[in-house]
Amino acid sequence: MRTTWVIAKREFAAYFGSPLAYVVTFFFLLGLGAFFFFGGLYQDVGAPFYFAKVVSVSNLFNASHLLFLFLIPALTMRLLAEERRSGTLELLTTLPVRDIEVVLGKFLAAFGYLLIVLLLTGVYPIYVSTLGDLDWGAVIAGYLGLALVGFGYLAIGVFASSVTQHQVVAFVVALFIALPFFLLHKVSFLFGSGTGNVLEFLAFRQHFDSIARGVLDTGDIIYFLGVAAIFIFLAHRLLAGRRWR
Amino acid sequence: MAGEQTMVTAKNVTKYYGLLRAVDDISFELHKGEVLGFLGPNGAGKTTTMKMLTCYLAPSAGSILIKGYDVADDPVKVRSLIGYLPENAPLYPDMTVMGFLRFCAEVRGINGRDRDLRVVRTAEQCGIGDRMRDPIAVLSKGLRQRVGLAQAILPDPEILILDEPTSGLDPNQIVEIRNIVRELGKTKTVILSTHILSEVELTCQRAIIVNQGKIVADSTLDDLRSHLSGARRSYLLALKEGASGSEAERRAAIKALAGVGDVKTIDRGFGEPTTYAITASGDDDLRTPLFKLALEKSWELIELSRELPTLEQVFVRLTQEAVPGVKGN
Repeated sequence: MRTTWVIAKREFAAYFGSPLAYVVTFFFLLGLGAFFFFGGLYQDVGAPFYFAKVVSVSNLFNASHLLFLFLIPALTMRLLAEERRSGTLELLTTLPVRDIEVVLGKFLAAFGYLLIVLLLTGVYPIYVSTLGDLDWGAVIAGYLGLALVGFGYLAIGVFASSVTQHQVVAFVVALFIALPFFLLHKVSFLFGSGTGNVLEFLAFRQHFDSIARGVLDTGDIIYFLGVAAIFIFLAHRLLAGRRWR
Repeated sequence: MAGEQTMVTAKNVTKYYGLLRAVDDISFELHKGEVLGFLGPNGAGKTTTMKMLTCYLAPSAGSILIKGYDVADDPVKVRSLIGYLPENAPLYPDMTVMGFLRFCAEVRGINGRDRDLRVVRTAEQCGIGDRMRDPIAVLSKGLRQRVGLAQAILPDPEILILDEPTSGLDPNQIVEIRNIVRELGKTKTVILSTHILSEVELTCQRAIIVNQGKIVADSTLDDLRSHLSGARRSYLLALKEGASGSEAERRAAIKALAGVGDVKTIDRGFGEPTTYAITASGDDDLRTPLFKLALEKSWELIELSRELPTLEQVFVRLTQEAVPGVKGN
């Protein structure tokens, strides 16, 4: 556990030393601003703030969820792939650490950075609250939902980064694994109600919506933690698998 | 030796990469305080062996014990006993030397004041004390190698494993790294992998020579040199121009001495006197008989020397001629 923390600390600090993190954060915030004020082509995001004229930031959360698809793979693609490519993986894993501590440390660092990014989006609710009576409970619920969605995507990203030594490949793999979780509920109508329900359950959307509405169902929380655990486990298996190659 | 402790035990270790047998049934033991040179041509399986000792790779067959701990069962414990410098010293380029060494210390559970004290002391020892604030990315290859070395010795490990610590360095840097390694060898158990022979000659007491994944020799350096010396020990005799008798007569006179196997005249180039390369047939020292012969014939002696086979010759012989059964132990 202590080692996990040391690794997470190093990795977290590394984000602030790399231009990539700043660049993707910049574009995330830029995209978020565009969606928030002017709306987007993507209907799920909801009506833009100026058009809706409602004191709410729910479209901020929806837009964040969409932009996570690109932000998170960009944040995680480096984590293990770069270690493998540059050979530092050998240095790191021959220190007295467990492989799972390496994976968890990286995951936590990325989660820490994501929380910083979410903190930066805090200007929107603060701004909106100056215009009217904002429901802060809904804001907190929305952020909790986003954090859990982030948990899921980050774990997918860490897994994708353990597959390859090329960051770009890791990005693409993460994006393509994340897409079904983002979209499955959209295609559920193509199937019977049985399969359709399963697909809706598998997608992040339904769980996120219920948390964002303020319904703290343990099932939803366990769902996100479960998805994260599965991909963390797979990443660990792949990392440990190097020894027998 | 009393109280001699076995630090490394490798038993019938084999490693396959797919169908390629990179390491083939290697067994050896290493005792506390030994400095072992792991020697072999590129691709002989040195690095693979180092990676297995540090539990980065798992052996396909066989077992490795580090101070009694099995690498398969207790990898974290094993790694805590080992300081390891991987080949090419991979480091995090975006970190400063200080930050990186602190990180390595913390991972090993060294914290607080003790951490910084050790980091600074180790950096001084490796000659990077004045570069602590520099990002690793701007350091030269030699300095990076030292940072890697500092990282390995930082926890004061019982066993040091250094994989090609001097590869890619210039001659001055090589000497410096060697001096550090030699100093460390006084107190620690060291495994040094290299394809550079002089490195082993200068820093190690014992060498294991591997070729194509197999151990072809394992003995002390002295044994290794003398192993092939019997039949191959040779002498050089240089005489001043104008020595009595003809070339052939002189050669015949030398050859007539007891214990002389073969005599050749060699031309050492411009300005060098006539030189005879004499191969001994037995183990007796021929220097005295040769000197007496020169005296008797009133040859003016310029040079008389005995040549021990260099490790280089041993190495070439062992790795190219595939001599069967040449094993020190």
